[in-house]
Amino acid sequence: MVADFFVGGSNDPGEAVLELSGAEIVIRSLADEGVEFLFGYPGGAVLHIYDALFAQDKVKHILTRHEQGATHAADGYARSTGKPGVVLVTSGPGATNAVTGIATAHLDSIPMIVITGQVPRAMIGTDAFQEVDTVGITRACVKHNFLVNDVADIAETMKKAFYVATTGRPGPVVVDIPKDITDPSIKIPYKYPKTVSMRSYKPAKKGHARQIKKAVELINGAKRPMIYAGGGVILGEATKSLITFTRYMGSPITLTLMGLGAYPASDKQFVGMLGMHGTYEANMAMHECDVLIAIGARFDDRITGKLDDFCPHSKIIHIDIDPSSISKNVQAHVPIVGHVEPVLKDLLKALREAKAKPDKKGQTAWWKQVAEWQGKDCLRYRDTKTVIKPQYAIETLCKVTKGNAFVTSDVGQHQMWAAQYYGFEKPRRWINSGGLGTMGFGLPAAMGVQLAHPKAQVACVTGESSIMMCIQELSTCRQFNLPLKIINLNNGYMGMVRQWQEFFYEKRYSESYLEALPDFVKLAESFGHVGIRVDKASDLEDALKEAFKMKDRLVFLDIMVDPKENVYPMIMAGRSHHEMHLMPEGDAG
Amino acid sequence: MRHIISILLENESGALCRVANLFSARGYNIESLTVAPTEDGSLSRMTLVTTGSDKVIEQITKQLNKLIDVVKLVDLSEGVHIEREMMLIKVRTLDEGREEVQRLSDIFRGRIVDVSDRSYTIELTGAGDKLDAFIAALDEGDIIEVVRSGVSGIARGESGLKI
Repeated sequence: MVADFFVGGSNDPGEAVLELSGAEIVIRSLADEGVEFLFGYPGGAVLHIYDALFAQDKVKHILTRHEQGATHAADGYARSTGKPGVVLVTSGPGATNAVTGIATAHLDSIPMIVITGQVPRAMIGTDAFQEVDTVGITRACVKHNFLVNDVADIAETMKKAFYVATTGRPGPVVVDIPKDITDPSIKIPYKYPKTVSMRSYKPAKKGHARQIKKAVELINGAKRPMIYAGGGVILGEATKSLITFTRYMGSPITLTLMGLGAYPASDKQFVGMLGMHGTYEANMAMHECDVLIAIGARFDDRITGKLDDFCPHSKIIHIDIDPSSISKNVQAHVPIVGHVEPVLKDLLKALREAKAKPDKKGQTAWWKQVAEWQGKDCLRYRDTKTVIKPQYAIETLCKVTKGNAFVTSDVGQHQMWAAQYYGFEKPRRWINSGGLGTMGFGLPAAMGVQLAHPKAQVACVTGESSIMMCIQELSTCRQFNLPLKIINLNNGYMGMVRQWQEFFYEKRYSESYLEALPDFVKLAESFGHVGIRVDKASDLEDALKEAFKMKDRLVFLDIMVDPKENVYPMIMAGRSHHEMHLMPEGDAG
Repeated sequence: MRHIISILLENESGALCRVANLFSARGYNIESLTVAPTEDGSLSRMTLVTTGSDKVIEQITKQLNKLIDVVKLVDLSEGVHIEREMMLIKVRTLDEGREEVQRLSDIFRGRIVDVSDRSYTIELTGAGDKLDAFIAALDEGDIIEVVRSGVSGIARGESGLKI
């Protein structure tokens, strides 16, 4: 079915003027932006828009069961494709329910456009039914937001929203649209702007040549160089350049939680993730390096540990598109503001031209030292044939999916184990809420991933606490036939809370044990899915294989894991990189 | 250190809020803040006085620049500049005190802009410390009301903050 508002309205001269209502303009703008999926939930203030949606099939609407689910699904779509995720929700509770998902995207710099209905203009400020100050509420958790005041402004505002969300350091943009300007009886000429320019918004592209020269000088002759790359490399589509650069450097490289997949995990230069639950070798190398090259990473507190003792022997080169990320937590000696891809290319070119390289002898000794740290084998755990170790569950998942699946996660211990034990070889395969740490993210995010990649293997690694936070989305999965595999590492606890209570609160497990958990197998079945419970390690691999064989069914694997297992290695909060705790000998096996 | 940051801002609803929000959300100080439209109706000019270490001020200017509605900004304290603040102050004046207040106002080059039987309202313009000095010179018990505009600033010389 082709709605009549899809005929005409192009920018071709001589074509008849197309008259559209505000509601039609919203949908038509999305189509003109090439939007495939619109994640949303209808309500009073967006009924005109939903009516326009009904008349067409270019933009496919995905009805979630909660607005939080819609935002996370759009987020998962965006993270796995690089294209912006788009959400449509109603005013009031529709908008407030979306806030968690918006903040999640904001903290991880994910491009997203959230269209929220608003009460009619004349009723704004009167405490009308389902009225909240959406622009006010979301101001602190968006890259930018707009309240559209005139039907004639909708198309241009939509263009600006996509432009702001997807350029520079990406982020979510909210467009709040009062109901009366979407009135189907008021029609105006429609033309979607081809380009947009904003005098107050000009994101940096290329890095400054003088800074690049300074970086070359620092790198030349470095004895213990270290590369620390983050989510910016993935957002900036700079994986290939990062690999070329790292090869040229010949140095160790570590990735942040958000950066996993930006460099192949199996490569010998990769020393694992860094930070609170990073590897011993990555953190020690951070502590001992003499030149640190930070690429699209923001020196988050989970990465740096104690700031005063962060990379104490090192000069720091920091490449980031957002100037405010540079020298925010850690002073950079050479700041390079720019898009990571052209900056890496220019830096590499400058290094080659200057024949600048790290010191060969120094680097040989450096790798010898790194190998010694690697010898600690910090991710080793005691494997058993009976009790399922969560680490073993992730390793088996990686084995069964050949390291090729898209893996989303919720937040907590399972998230860390997934990051540590699933070797990500490619970017955009590891999808988690690193910045905000939103429990409930994993399942709806996986829906967005599966929609974008219908044939791919998509696993949601979760825990019994996290999965309960957006469990209603199992119903969405049924409606749209999304064959996710839910890997529920069930230990009966909010594991990470329990771990901190064990370490820091003398084992007073205050409110971290979930009583009255549902029977997840029956729960999955009641939603029309397949549920499998696994409680023996020896059954796990077969169960996973069986699950992934069911290509058109969602399978909920309820995996009963060791309830007392802790995440190691660990840097206690506020300590520095060389003060890591490794798994106690008896447990490490 | 005290800094005066001058900002050209899109004259749009919510723009002022974004700036104010940034300061509260990130725990920065605002000593004073003034804002009004410029000769170009689409732009507002804001003068913001804040305090913080060099590192904090660097973050403040970066975070301000990141706001989509901020078109341009300059830290006036980095160069020679003029700053002015206007004050309206209502003072209780009885008998011989009346003359004393008038004399003080003259010394500070203030203007009496309203008179009643028992009070003067004085308009005074200058740098903040001049206004402070005037307040200190008055008898505290006689001050009925003080209204200060907050600081406005401009750089000396030919160059200006323009788009």
